[in-house]
Amino acid sequence: MSPAPILAAAPHGFLSPTGVEIAFLLVGLVTFGAALITVTTRQLVHAALWLVVALGGLAVEYLLLTAEFIAWVQVLIYVGSVVVLLLFGLMLTRAPIGRSPDADSGNRWAALAVAVAAAVALVWVVADAFRTTWIDLTGPAAGTTHVTGASLFRYWVLPFEALSVLLLAALVGAIVLSRKARAGEDAGTGADDRDEAAGATPAPVPAQKDGAR
Amino acid sequence: MNGALDVALRLVAVFLVFLVFPLVVGQTEHKVMAHMQGRLGPMYAGGFHGWAQLVADGVKFAQKEDVVPAQADRRVFQLAPAVALLPYLLVLLVIPIGPSEGAVGQALDAGVFFALAVMGVGVLGSLMAGWASANKFSLLGGLRTAAQLLAYELPMLLAAASVAMAAGTVSLPGILYAFHWWWLPWQLIGAVVFFVAGLAELQRPPFDMPVADSEIIFGAYTEYTGLRFALFLLAEYAGIVVLCGLTTVLFLGGWHGPWGADGLGWVWTLLKAAILAFVVIWLRVTYPRLREDQLQKLSWTLLVPLSLAQIALTGIVKVVIS
Repeated sequence: MSPAPILAAAPHGFLSPTGVEIAFLLVGLVTFGAALITVTTRQLVHAALWLVVALGGLAVEYLLLTAEFIAWVQVLIYVGSVVVLLLFGLMLTRAPIGRSPDADSGNRWAALAVAVAAAVALVWVVADAFRTTWIDLTGPAAGTTHVTGASLFRYWVLPFEALSVLLLAALVGAIVLSRKARAGEDAGTGADDRDEAAGATPAPVPAQKDGAR
Repeated sequence: MNGALDVALRLVAVFLVFLVFPLVVGQTEHKVMAHMQGRLGPMYAGGFHGWAQLVADGVKFAQKEDVVPAQADRRVFQLAPAVALLPYLLVLLVIPIGPSEGAVGQALDAGVFFALAVMGVGVLGSLMAGWASANKFSLLGGLRTAAQLLAYELPMLLAAASVAMAAGTVSLPGILYAFHWWWLPWQLIGAVVFFVAGLAELQRPPFDMPVADSEIIFGAYTEYTGLRFALFLLAEYAGIVVLCGLTTVLFLGGWHGPWGADGLGWVWTLLKAAILAFVVIWLRVTYPRLREDQLQKLSWTLLVPLSLAQIALTGIVKVVIS
């Protein structure tokens, strides 16, 4: 979690901030605080729940910048799916109530250094790139679904498609990994045959599976 | 001042709907279940047909002691019912029941996304309850809730995306303005997928393994008593209202009807939603609970391919007619 959203809030009318700018700053502070607690708390599930607050705060920031579509996608993907996946993983493995003494890492100072470096780099790049660009909050909304879709598919099609190929690769990778763990379950494709040759004792597994069904 | 008054009136109206409709669904469920299963049920409270039983239940819940287990994570345990209930209140804000300006709490530009995103957040409440109860049955219920949400979020989104493609907008009133009667057969597969996935997300029978009382007591809600438990129940019924409203708006044409659509559009919306709510109750009474692996299989091998096929069909028809 980087503290980038706060610093990006520096308004152009710095001495006479509007209501939206004040709200942006306050929500940014809450987001930053929640993010800090997420990485410092010793209670694993609490960390995941504070992450919900941090990600939700980011969604509110998007809303305040009139990017409605991005805001709801943020809630849908991050709060609704990623955090649920995280909690699912925690509950499956280990999620004690109360403090986890082993949740601490000896690398905390190194991690802090990396986080601060990443935050400084991001803030620097973003502030430098958008130094003179201001979102007109009083005019027609600049981040509606229509505008976002148009710019995404008119100007940013190539990165968009490249990203989808990347995600597809990750998906295929995940399937390959999960199949390898249960090699020999169904002898179908050539890839499977190779896995079977490498893996040990493929024979009893299909029998078990048939029994289970 | 006029604007503020308008906003306040809308909020009050949505809040009233939020308070009344789930209770109506709950009462209907009592009576419909009793008739379908050929049993009487409570018939004395209030006199006629036991109409006051729901009120009596409410008084009972309010009187019970609010117990927090000694080993539980107190704050998360107490916060969970609110997290489960509030998202449905927010979703009700954007569901239009009529064509006029005043028939929707707040017309959002990205209404479909808002509704689905916020509905997904409600499940966090069950997860928090399941974990914070310090009870292994609750934890199992929480795990099943999470697995179920992950499996059914995708087909639900894809089905809704199909309608958004057909209408060319993601705003709920916008979708209804673009609606024609032949969308019913065109989007039929998507409608079924959306409704089934929505039932699974609400953990209603036959998808109620997270609360399967014969296996894991009552899942994530095992340790809850009194008003907090009642809030979870209310969340379930509010979820039914929201799901039926959304399905009506997205797939059944909302305020459009064969006749009398001018001025009486809201009647059509309510009628369609009520019929869907009846179907939800009907399914509960008639279908046995699926097993956990059957549930996952149904989603990944049937609903996801079906919703993808629906999207392909929508795309083809869209290209052909434009």
